[in-house]
Amino acid sequence: MAKRIDVSGLNAYYGSFLAIEDISMTIEPRSVTAFIGPSGCGKSTFLRTLNRMHEVTPGGRVEGKVMLDDENLYGAGVDPVSVRREVGMVFQRPNPFPTMSVYDNVAAGLKLNGSYKKSELDDIVERSLKGANLWNEVKDRLNKPGSGLSGGQQQRLCIARAIAVEPNVLLMDEPCSALDPISTLAIEDLIGELKERFTIVIVTHNMQQAARVSDRTAFFNLAAVGQPGKLIEIDETERIFSNPSVQATEDYISGRFG
Amino acid sequence: MSHATLPDRRSSLRGASLPKWFPWAAAAGSIALGLGISAAAGLQSDIQWGLIAAVLFVIGTYAVASKVEGRRQAKDRVATSLVWVAFILAVVPLASLVYETVKRGVKVLDGYFLSHSMGVVGDAEPGGGIYHALLGTLQQVGIATAIAVPVGVLTAIYLVEYGRGKLARAVTFFVDVMTGIPSIVAGLFILSIWIVTFGMGQSGFAGAMALTILMLPTVVRSTEEMLKLVPNELREASLALGVPKWRTILKVVLPTSIGGIATGVMLSIARITGETAPLLMLVWTTPWINANPFDGPQGSLPVYIYLQYQSSAGVGPGYDRAWAGALTLIAFIMILNLAARGIARWKAPKTGR
Repeated sequence: MAKRIDVSGLNAYYGSFLAIEDISMTIEPRSVTAFIGPSGCGKSTFLRTLNRMHEVTPGGRVEGKVMLDDENLYGAGVDPVSVRREVGMVFQRPNPFPTMSVYDNVAAGLKLNGSYKKSELDDIVERSLKGANLWNEVKDRLNKPGSGLSGGQQQRLCIARAIAVEPNVLLMDEPCSALDPISTLAIEDLIGELKERFTIVIVTHNMQQAARVSDRTAFFNLAAVGQPGKLIEIDETERIFSNPSVQATEDYISGRFG
Repeated sequence: MSHATLPDRRSSLRGASLPKWFPWAAAAGSIALGLGISAAAGLQSDIQWGLIAAVLFVIGTYAVASKVEGRRQAKDRVATSLVWVAFILAVVPLASLVYETVKRGVKVLDGYFLSHSMGVVGDAEPGGGIYHALLGTLQQVGIATAIAVPVGVLTAIYLVEYGRGKLARAVTFFVDVMTGIPSIVAGLFILSIWIVTFGMGQSGFAGAMALTILMLPTVVRSTEEMLKLVPNELREASLALGVPKWRTILKVVLPTSIGGIATGVMLSIARITGETAPLLMLVWTTPWINANPFDGPQGSLPVYIYLQYQSSAGVGPGYDRAWAGALTLIAFIMILNLAARGIARWKAPKTGR
């Protein structure tokens, strides 16, 4: 299931503004890769280029190559819709569909695409909710609105929704920044379990979180406001947090930044 | 209640304050004064005493409150009383309109009235009914809605979800221009195209086209605002699941905003139901039941009211029928509004646990 991502020479623009410049990295399958860096350095923008969500923003466009195993996501004739079925995403703020029940939220990806068998749907919903460690909490209220859950539950609901379509890669854009420490712990544990099946990329502002959950960490930075963000280095998480090879990384991690 | 009588113990947190019944007393006092002044001055009107009372109420409140409570509290009370006065000024005409219409309308409004036409009834004779006009209004408004809602909602979807650049700006501009079109101009436009140029006769359909022109901008505008209220995060959540954009709009964006859209549509229907000018030009009227909106003059409620009143010269059965027609029209629009509220509540995103 999990696939390797190979990025080379990637630039992303908002209109004529170059937001991230010349990024190349490899993201290993069945591992957690964390992106850290100051606000506005392009972590989220880069994350969104990995499932072609960047171009949803008006004026957003991308140059370069993103290989998912041996397929270029930005190759000619590639349909962004099928890319997003392969590469799922969880957002910063929990965003369950307000008109749908818990059940329908999880089934949304399949139902909205029309590609499902009714008999399988129950199984998929149960499996996904169990996968997101939410089943025990919501099994009695599957038909209640999804927006009635707590923030942490909603975020796990969104994760269940994302894994229900069986993607190969799961992108998470600061999934815990709106949550309390206990919900955060629940999500971090979940990330540890999910990496057995998916390639996981997580953007976080919380360096302890990056150190706790990730196998590899990438540090992004920008020279100044208005300059494009760049990848400074990517390495094993342990090395990044103990003995990074670039001074800027050490400055950022130890809080001596700017 | 007794703070006003304890002025000696001045605390910095608890100043003297007027008792709770003070606004009511001030209102009663100023109404009495207003009535007294207008009686003394021999004013004949039913309104002037109320206006005098309103002015006295605001001034009196300020004077008393600034004496007892201080200037800041006095200003606060003046603002409150202004809001109340404005509210009453707005509600009184509305309430009296409904009261008058119901009082005069119920005289002849019954099942017979709703189910019979004016075909064999002379203008000055009692009896007859409104069925032909009700049928005509339902058909004309129905046709206008059937055309304007799909076109309007799709236009709004284009403007919010797809429209970028010159075309979208041009569409927005023309929708804004259309909002300001007087109904008589819409009528003239259809008259010059449909009846003069194409040589078609008067019909319910011609009137429906003019109503469409009047309805369209309202539908576009209200739908646009409702679609803009749908958080972008929901669109992104759906797109990130690999759902194509059109399905995202159909299954996520529209269901989330359907309550607001329905309300907007109902309000625009209510707006066009009372239009008279284009119908006079394009549909005219007939005392007979004409169930075919595509052929020949048809009745309609606004024109019915106008003609019944005109032929009655203010007394007699025609006059009563005009009021009953007005009551029917108001009830029709009221039912639509209630239906819109019901749909909005029923379809609103659920937050319950």
